[in-house]
Amino acid sequence: MFVPSPIERTKDGDFRLRLSDGERELLASLPAELAALIEADAADPGLRRLFPPAYEHDEESEDEFRRLMHEELLAGRREALQVLAETARSDRLSAEQLDAWLRALTDLRLALGTRLEVSEETYDQDIDPEHPQAFELSVFAYLSWLQEQAVEAALSS
Amino acid sequence: MWHAGPVSPATLKPAEVELGEPEQEDVPEQDRPWIVIVWNDPINLMSYVTFVLQKLFGYSREKATKLMLQVHNEGKAVVSGGTREKAEHDVARLHSHGLWATMRQD
Repeated sequence: MFVPSPIERTKDGDFRLRLSDGERELLASLPAELAALIEADAADPGLRRLFPPAYEHDEESEDEFRRLMHEELLAGRREALQVLAETARSDRLSAEQLDAWLRALTDLRLALGTRLEVSEETYDQDIDPEHPQAFELSVFAYLSWLQEQAVEAALSS
Repeated sequence: MWHAGPVSPATLKPAEVELGEPEQEDVPEQDRPWIVIVWNDPINLMSYVTFVLQKLFGYSREKATKLMLQVHNEGKAVVSGGTREKAEHDVARLHSHGLWATMRQD
């Protein structure tokens, strides 16, 4: 069966979105959830993969790095999440919007993957519907699939 | 509600992380250049890591793929380097794209 790509580059250089209403609903709502977590406490251990240290063994340099870069990193994350939420129901994305999607999908996967303690085995396992986190595992698998498609579209010519 | 696939485990699958300490040579500390390291993690997709290395550093598909595979297979790869300021800038850009990057003097 031929399944058209959900994200496809057009002749005009923008990207056509083919997503179901359910997918769009999800993509419109998830960013606000993550943005709220970031606003509440960016230092939350559950968000550690979004804000890793630059200096591993030098606390003083690390503090300085955070002082200089943290606000900018926060602002970039907020903005990308907002673009995803606002364009989730669009039919087309500009190249800039697709770039924001890629970063926002990454942040959603990092936060969700950390919470789900994703390992390399996770990708090989079918999701047990009785699993207490079956829904979140499904969302993670969906976001992984969609991001793969988005990268493919971004790299296509 | 979700698409069932097609997810390819081969492309989504990450590798183990192996941490190693660098060997430091006998050069005055301030003269040694800084290096930027990307570490393997179980969440970022291989294709996405390749994409980010191409986008941020202007690497060819081949070079970016080679570095990504080094991250995947060896747990880490040096992706850029230079002055301390350049290394901090590169680490911040990698962090903004969700990659696990650190810096240290070579």
